[in-house]
Amino acid sequence: MKTYLPNRFIVERDPARCIQCEVCVNQCSFDVNYRDADEDEVRSREENCVGCHRCVLFCPTRALNIRRTPLDYRENANWRPEIIEDIIRQAESGGILLTGMGTDKAHPIYWDRLVLNASQVTNPSIDPLREPMELRTYLGRKPDSLTVEPGSLALKTKLAPQVAIEVPILFSALSYGAVSINVHKSLARAATEMGTLFNTGEGGLHRKLYKYGANTICQVASGRFGVHPDYLNVGRILEIKIGQGAKPGIGGHLPGEKVSAEVAATRMIPKGTDALSPAPQHDIYSIEDLAQLISALKEATNYTKPVSVKIAAVHNAAAIASGIARAGADIIALDGIRGATGAAPKIIRDNVGIPIELAIAAVDTRLRQEGIRNQVSLIAAGGIRNSGDVIKAIALGADAVYIGTAALVALGCTVCQQCHTGKCAWGICTSDLRLTKRINPDIGAQRLVNLLRGWSLEIKEMLGGMGVNALESLRGNRLHLRGVGLTDTELEILGVKMAGA
Amino acid sequence: MIDRDMNKLNNPYNDDKVISACSLFGMMDVSGKVFSGKDIIRAIANMHVRSNGLGGGFAVYGLYPRYADYYAFHLMYMNKQARTETEDLLKENFHMVLAEEIPVNPCIAVSNAPGLWRYFLEPEAASLNGRPADDFVIEKVMQINTCIEGAFVFSSGKNMGVFKGAAYPEDIASYFRLEEYAGYLWTAHGRFPTNTPGWWGGAHPFNILDWTVVHNGEISSYGINRRYLEMFGYACTLQTDTEVIAYAVDLLMRRHKLPLEAAVSVLAPAFWEEIERMPAAKQELHRALRTVYGSLLLNGPFTVIIARQGEMMGLTDRIRLRPLTAATRGDMFFLSSEESAIRLVCPELDRAWIPMGGEPVIARLGGTKVVAEGAVAAAKGAC
Repeated sequence: MKTYLPNRFIVERDPARCIQCEVCVNQCSFDVNYRDADEDEVRSREENCVGCHRCVLFCPTRALNIRRTPLDYRENANWRPEIIEDIIRQAESGGILLTGMGTDKAHPIYWDRLVLNASQVTNPSIDPLREPMELRTYLGRKPDSLTVEPGSLALKTKLAPQVAIEVPILFSALSYGAVSINVHKSLARAATEMGTLFNTGEGGLHRKLYKYGANTICQVASGRFGVHPDYLNVGRILEIKIGQGAKPGIGGHLPGEKVSAEVAATRMIPKGTDALSPAPQHDIYSIEDLAQLISALKEATNYTKPVSVKIAAVHNAAAIASGIARAGADIIALDGIRGATGAAPKIIRDNVGIPIELAIAAVDTRLRQEGIRNQVSLIAAGGIRNSGDVIKAIALGADAVYIGTAALVALGCTVCQQCHTGKCAWGICTSDLRLTKRINPDIGAQRLVNLLRGWSLEIKEMLGGMGVNALESLRGNRLHLRGVGLTDTELEILGVKMAGA
Repeated sequence: MIDRDMNKLNNPYNDDKVISACSLFGMMDVSGKVFSGKDIIRAIANMHVRSNGLGGGFAVYGLYPRYADYYAFHLMYMNKQARTETEDLLKENFHMVLAEEIPVNPCIAVSNAPGLWRYFLEPEAASLNGRPADDFVIEKVMQINTCIEGAFVFSSGKNMGVFKGAAYPEDIASYFRLEEYAGYLWTAHGRFPTNTPGWWGGAHPFNILDWTVVHNGEISSYGINRRYLEMFGYACTLQTDTEVIAYAVDLLMRRHKLPLEAAVSVLAPAFWEEIERMPAAKQELHRALRTVYGSLLLNGPFTVIIARQGEMMGLTDRIRLRPLTAATRGDMFFLSSEESAIRLVCPELDRAWIPMGGEPVIARLGGTKVVAEGAVAAAKGAC
């Protein structure tokens, strides 16, 4: 069938600069650049270009540039180019349209409508270069009160397991198989160096990475891939994955082509078979079933690890979160509509779920109204782009945040949304051995450490500006936020005042 | 009954919180000997420029020995109706031993002075219905303050009392004739609010039961301190950070029964780095306190003097962004924003020092127990 899809990108090659070295040919995993044997010249099949910039950045003579095709349709606010092309694509394929990364639609980004406070006159701002500034956070269930013996000051209360993180930023679930072993290694090393945690995602943990167990969150998802006693016991936190912000309500599908021998061994499935995660966990059809799984995981690990439950932020997130806390979870991870994925139906990624900012506010408020906020830690995920987003999430009520996309961008990702193809030219979201070696775990870890270090320095500056020197004094402290350009209802749900008020 | 918006009275512009700077003074005779208000009035007046005439007040302990077993309620009334309604409520729930107008000196020019009354009360056993009397009293105080238009309980402890108003502290002292009273522990406050509430109830000390708090500073963690306390049923009606401190202390020490030393480590905890250098058991305690009560960390610049029957404590934030000087002379123990004020009333001191940030200085009846590094030796036992 002839495709009616126009090219998306133009590959501009400056003939004066191009030395015909074929680096671009080797770097492109989408089969764009090639040497035309007849003409003996490097050329481009522009129809294949996804705009990932790999060739541009690796061209030794900077001879390449990628531009959007300036092909205009007749103006139409309703039938926009993307909508037309999605229909064309579906008319030609007859299937669900798949995509990768988080939604690219213009859902409101409340981070950009929230502004932070700073001290002036009546209290001094604190300079983090001269004064201590504390970001340490303990994840885990906290009791309502402590009992301390008078006189001896002996602590009589036994606390549930607590996990300290030195920066309030964790690496979000990225499963081995979806991403390569080198990405997992980079994340694990960076988490270890920065005193935080990375999340295995639903594909288990390669035995080579067990030494990073103290900085690992081991996920248990609906496919139960790679879940066995050693796996449960090696991690610091266990996480039951109920849902994901990019695709609430549906499962996952890792195509057999990505299931290499190592991935197969880690996931405990035959090599080359599709790894299908069911939409629900089939032993959790209700809240009491969740309570059973939480308790089973705690029993299996002798009550030494906090158990987290990750849900996609959906309409009833507040009520669901309250149920999760009462079911015995120690941590609730909320993943908003802008959260990313290795592969999801485009229609679901772009239309299902709610923005994370509203979910944090609603869940934190509800748990406080019910007097159980202290029983769980709250981790927010889904579209955290910089340290400003992190600090606003914490002021709204999160204990910490997960970052996924931001971490991948640090490794080289340009958010070209081709994760589902398995052809990632940056070697991130692929199991093609020719591509995965493009991530050097030493350099990858360094880039991630640099990112977290940069963000934590920025967070310290902002905290000091607000006149506080410990992160817990900002957590849930919405008086340090003001809204700009928000409706009364949005302000009410966020629990913040309008700027100027 | 009318639900009153206390916020309108105390915080008319609906600021995040009422912001003010202040002068503080506290003095205590640890042998329990009572003394008049003469010295503390001079001391607080010496720090006149730290306040701006919009708030001053005093707390006195050992004040009503004849009625020591009764809750002493001090009330402000904006109108007659408020008094009728309040007294009905009090009579319904308490055995009223004495009701009288608080004597004042009408020659002192103060503005907006409300009617000032005091009552000595004992909760009726039938009303208590088996509940602890303190909880019952708190509930009634909150009920009067939030439901009766024009009435405000500003003191509710036993054998102690708070006197305060919207004027310079020395004028408040003259107005209430405080030189004529005697107590073994006095605290005083002069206030510099950044807006003009002009409402007498907004002055310090802030009181609930026999706890009093005088406070200088601005709590930058107010938003979360308040939301945390709301989880435990405290309604922060006044929207002042001082109120939050009083409730935090009540929660930690009365309801959760934490020893003072542990409660202080919640309000002004050690840095994680310091905690890691502590011996194992101490480390565990401090880590647990911060982990569990992190939302009650008072962050931002403050000095407080917190007092209750038989005990007075001075505390600054952990990096000491507001001043506090402590001093001892014989059985006398002083806390002040400025050393000069102490020297004015007691030129010869055994010791005067500036406590470390976040380090409490505590004096107790029956001998000072000054909890401060290197200060223990200086504390003189008495009784």
